[in-house]
Amino acid sequence: MTEAGSGAATAAGASRHAGRVDPLVVLGLADDALVYAQRLGEWLTRAPEIEEDMALGNIGLDLLGQARGLLTRVGELDGTGRDEDALAFWRDEREFRNVQLVERPRGDFAHEMARLLWFSAHRLERLRQEQQSPDEVVAGVAGKAVKEVAYHRDHATQWVLRLGDGTEESRARMQQALVDVAPYLPELTEDDPVGAPVAREYVEAVLAEAGLGAPPEPRWHARGGRTGIHSEAMGFLLAEMQHLHRTHPGASW
Amino acid sequence: MDGSQVGPLNAAETEDYAQVVEEHFGGLIDADQRIEPRDAMPAAYRDTLVRQMAQHAHSEIIGMQPEGNWITRAPSLRRKAILMAKVQDEAGHGLYLYSAAETLGVDRSELLAKLHAGKQKYSSIFNYPTLTWADVGAIGWLVDGAAIMNQVPLCRCSYGPYARAMVRICKEESFHQRQGFEILWTLARGTEAQREMAQDAVDRWWWPSLMMFGPPDTGENVNGAATQSHTKQSMAWGIKRFANDDLRQKFVDMTVPQAEKLGLTLPDPDLRWSEERGHWDFGEIDWEEFWRVLGGDGPCNAQRLAHRRQAHEEGAWVREAAAAYAAKHAARGQGAA
Amino acid sequence: MSGTGEWPLFEVFVRGKRGLSHTHVGSLHAPDATMALRNARDLYTRRQEGVSIWVVPSGVITASSPEERDSFFDPAGDKVYRHPTFYEVPEDVEYL
Ligand SMILES: [Fe+2]
Ligand SMILES: [Fe+2]
Repeated sequence: MTEAGSGAATAAGASRHAGRVDPLVVLGLADDALVYAQRLGEWLTRAPEIEEDMALGNIGLDLLGQARGLLTRVGELDGTGRDEDALAFWRDEREFRNVQLVERPRGDFAHEMARLLWFSAHRLERLRQEQQSPDEVVAGVAGKAVKEVAYHRDHATQWVLRLGDGTEESRARMQQALVDVAPYLPELTEDDPVGAPVAREYVEAVLAEAGLGAPPEPRWHARGGRTGIHSEAMGFLLAEMQHLHRTHPGASW
Repeated sequence: MDGSQVGPLNAAETEDYAQVVEEHFGGLIDADQRIEPRDAMPAAYRDTLVRQMAQHAHSEIIGMQPEGNWITRAPSLRRKAILMAKVQDEAGHGLYLYSAAETLGVDRSELLAKLHAGKQKYSSIFNYPTLTWADVGAIGWLVDGAAIMNQVPLCRCSYGPYARAMVRICKEESFHQRQGFEILWTLARGTEAQREMAQDAVDRWWWPSLMMFGPPDTGENVNGAATQSHTKQSMAWGIKRFANDDLRQKFVDMTVPQAEKLGLTLPDPDLRWSEERGHWDFGEIDWEEFWRVLGGDGPCNAQRLAHRRQAHEEGAWVREAAAAYAAKHAARGQGAA
Repeated sequence: MSGTGEWPLFEVFVRGKRGLSHTHVGSLHAPDATMALRNARDLYTRRQEGVSIWVVPSGVITASSPEERDSFFDPAGDKVYRHPTFYEVPEDVEYL
C-alpha cells in the first residue's frame, strides 16, 4: 500500500519544488501540525484508558515538534524574521493556513481516530514529497516527520480496525465519525493531487478490513483553510491558545 | 538559564539518589534484601503496600489535571511541548505504579474503581487549583520537588517492584522539578506582572507542599499518635526510611536557598536559619487545613474526581470494543488453526 | 472478560541496546498483543530506552515459586565449568 506511494511522491516532490520554496506552502504544513497538536493536547487526562493518554500525548508532541521546526523556517523564508512564537501567537485567524479538519472541536474517540487516520494518511504523502524539498531545513524536518507520521497512521489504523469490528456501539460510532469528517476531506485532496490517491487507497483498505462502508458523498464540503478561511471553532481555539501570550506583550517565558 | 548553576536542585540530584541507582544498576544489592512478588509476606505488609502504591498511582493520575489545565494555554511553544511531555510522564508514573501494585495480585481496574468511588485517596495537594501560568512553575519546583524528596528513599523500599518503579520515576521527576524552577526563574526576571504572578503562586503552593510530607510523627494528638505507629511499622518493614518531619526539614533546607536564588519570598515570617540546629526553622503548619482538604473540603476535590470519572465512563465503550475485537480475533485464529 | 471491557495484563521486556538481552521493565494493559506492543513503546521507551520490545501475556508465564528455589537454582552452583573463571589460561593469551 505504501510502496506505491514512494515513486509518485518523489516525482511530485520534484515538480512541486521546481522553483523556489513557497513559504505559504510550508506554513500550511506547519499550521496543520500546530492546530492539530492543540486539539490532541485536549485529550490528555480524558483518554479512554491511561495507555491512550500516553499515545495521544506522543502524537501531539510529535506534531508540535514538526510545527516548531517548520514555523521557525517560515519566519526565515518569508523574510519577516518572525520566530515560532511570533507566528503561533501573533497571527490572527485569517493568517492561519491549516485545513479545517484539524480545527474541528474534540469529539468522541471514534471521531478522533477517523480524523487521525485521514489526516496522517495525507500528511505522510505530503511529507514524503517534502523530503525532496530544495530547502534543506524543510527536507530535514520532513525526513524525521515521515517516521513519526507513519506511526500515527498506524495507531489510527489499529483503532479504526478495533472500533469498526468491535461492538455494535463502536461500529455505529465509527461509521458516524466517518460521515462527520467526510466534508473535510476535499481540502486534503485538493492540497495534494499526487499524494491524495495514495492516501485514499490506504484508508479505504483499512475501512474495508474493518468492515466499514464508505460514507455517502457529503452535500457540502469545507473550503478555504489554505487561504485563511476557517470555521467558527477556530476563533475559540486561537483565543485559548493565544490569550496568555498576548496578555503580556514582549514578555519572555 | 536552566538552573544548572544552582547545584543539586532536588533529591534526585543528590548523593542519596546516585547511591541508590548505583546499588541497583551496579548489581551490588543482595537479592535477599528485597521482597519479590511470590515471596511469602505478612498480610499486613501486603495490604500496606497495595494501599500505598495505589494511592501513589492515583496521585500521579489525578496530578495530571492541574497542569493539564494549562497545556492549551501555555505561553510559548517550547513551554507547551515541555508541559505536554511532563503531563504525559505523570501518566506513565501512574502506570508504572499500578503495574507494581498488580504484582501483588490486585487488578488496576479494582484500584481505579476504589479511586472513583472515593474509597482510596490521592495526594491532597492536587485538590488545589492552578489559577495562573506561574502555578505550573510552582508545582514543578515545589510539588515535584517535595515528591522527589519523598520518593528517593522509596527507591530502596523493601518491595522490589515498588523500588524499581521508583527508580524509573525519580529519574524522570528531576526534569519536572527543573522545568518548574526555570519557569519561575524566567517569570521572576520578567515584567512586573510576571514577577507578581510568580510570587502569588509561591505564596499559594508553599504551605500545601510542606503538608505533602504528611502529619508530624510526634504523637501529640490522636492523629499524630496514629501517624506515629503507622510510621514505625512502615519503617520496620523497610517501606519507609525516614520520618515525615525529617523529610520535611530536608525539603525546607534544600528549598530556602533556591527561593533566595529565585528572588522570591517564601510566605513564612518565622523562617530563619538556626545556627544551633544547623537547619532552617519554619512556622507552624495549618494542620486543620490539611485534615479539612484530605476529608474532601478542598477547592478542587469534587472537580478532580468528577473529571477522572468522566474520562473513565466516556471511555468504557472504547475499552469494550477493543476487548470484543480481541475476543473475536482470538476465536477466529483458533478456528483457522 | 470482554463483557466488562477489562484489558488483560502484558509483561514488557526491553532490549536496552544491541548486545544486551531483553530485560523485564514492568507491565501494562492492552486489548491484544498488537496494541500492547504499541503501548509499551509509548510507555517504556519514551526516552529512547530501547531498541526492541517483547510483550508477553502475563497469564502465560509460568514462574518458579520461591519455595522451589533451592532445587531450581542450587544445582547450577555446582556447574562451575559454566563459568569462564573455571578455566586456567596461560598468562600470555589475550582477549579471551
Ligand atoms: Fe510523577
Ligand atoms: Fe512529576
